[in-house]
Amino acid sequence: MSSLIELFVELLSYDFILRAMAVGILVALCAALLGVTLVLKRYSMIGDGLSHVGFGALAIAMSLNLAPLEVSIPVVLLSAFMLLRISESSQIKGDAAIALISSSALAIGVIVVSMTSGMNADVCNYMFGAILALSRGDVYLSIAVAVAVLILYVLSYNKIFAVTFDEDFAKATGTDASQYNMLIAGLTAMVIVVGMRMMGAMLISSLIIFPALTAMRVFSSFRGVVICAAVLSVLCFVIGMAISFGVSTPAGASIVVANLAAFILFALAGRAGLKI
Amino acid sequence: MISCRNVSVSYDGKAAVDGVSFDVEAGDCLCVVGENGSGKSSLLKCILGLLKPSSGEITFDGLSRSEIGYLPQQASVRSDFPANVGEVVLSGRCGRHGPFSFYGKKDKALAEHNMERLGVAPLRRKSYRDLSGGQRQRVLLARALTAADKLLMLDEPVAGLDPAMAADLYELLEGERRDGRTVMMISHDLESAVRCASKILHLRKKALFFGPAGQYEASDFYRGLRGAGDE
Repeated sequence: MSSLIELFVELLSYDFILRAMAVGILVALCAALLGVTLVLKRYSMIGDGLSHVGFGALAIAMSLNLAPLEVSIPVVLLSAFMLLRISESSQIKGDAAIALISSSALAIGVIVVSMTSGMNADVCNYMFGAILALSRGDVYLSIAVAVAVLILYVLSYNKIFAVTFDEDFAKATGTDASQYNMLIAGLTAMVIVVGMRMMGAMLISSLIIFPALTAMRVFSSFRGVVICAAVLSVLCFVIGMAISFGVSTPAGASIVVANLAAFILFALAGRAGLKI
Repeated sequence: MISCRNVSVSYDGKAAVDGVSFDVEAGDCLCVVGENGSGKSSLLKCILGLLKPSSGEITFDGLSRSEIGYLPQQASVRSDFPANVGEVVLSGRCGRHGPFSFYGKKDKALAEHNMERLGVAPLRRKSYRDLSGGQRQRVLLARALTAADKLLMLDEPVAGLDPAMAADLYELLEGERRDGRTVMMISHDLESAVRCASKILHLRKKALFFGPAGQYEASDFYRGLRGAGDE
């Protein structure tokens, strides 16, 4: 155990690891906050769909030699609003439509990749994450996005609760619910694009869904769930990174496994009657 | 306060509400009665802006949305939601605030006051999902009261309440009216509706009756209904 801590302290002395940790903690925090609302509004599929659209956008940006984040942020943002509209309209089967869009985007991404660079290390990084490969520019942009998301979330907390709990009531009593749905979708899009570089397109949605679901096993107030999800998400991120450094497993996958362990622990605690 | 002119609502081409006109004036207690599927909830949702009328006009005079308190039918609120009673009731104040703002002392005091009036103050830290149907109904009522500065819109307010509590609720609504609030509610319970309402709107897609409650009670139409009910 003590050698693991020593290893950790040593790793943190490297500049690029410190940067990765800073971005990771911020992204994990944002993802968890937004995740509570997404899970409760049954929009979890949007997160998954967006990450696949993000992969497609990244692949195209790469093949055109464009900056990956600057291209994918607007593309994913637009798709977020589109997916939201699909989910809101009860006419079409929302989840099926999202599945169609996400797999189509993934397919297009894969084709573009195979026609240009081929399945190289870069592509693999986008699919499964490469937290240490973040460039300095990526880091600054990621931190800026994450801080903006945090501030907007905290300032809109009461509205977000009202719209999540009972959208009809919020609308009827003068809150522009669709505006807050757009805000949530927009913030989610940003977090997914930024988080995708570190977690990978295949795994980022777990960062959004897991902490919220885990916190709900035990906590019974909205605020409790939000705070617990945020703390858990950061904790699981750090533990996942430690495992990844310690036994050289991929970072993204290790973080997901840490989240899975936390979920099982909380589910058992909830079953045993622990309610806060 | 509210004026509805020839309001119609239709789902997939079938009319749910057909050309209904009526007014709600400040201080009224308007009770909307009618059988299941007679368009009561649809009409209420139109006024609240949750449904678009297919034709007709609804205008507000001296009333903004943020001054309305709304009690939806309980089934429309998620029952597995992790939120405690205090959070739910306080969220009634949401519409009174602009973006990026927090609840103040006044909001909290109002929420507390309404929780006490409905007897749910001791449940304040309990989760909404662990409550019984009657408790949930009272929590949602407390939220509606917390939101209502001018107008209370209630969809089946006594559903899930026992008779004693229902009587308390009618008394409480009477108090709200004395405090200058206007009430519009949907009810199944004809008798108490007639007793507590100042005006009645009887719907069967079209407005079969709209007028003062006393007149409704004396009408042949109402007697016919009562007679049919007694047999």
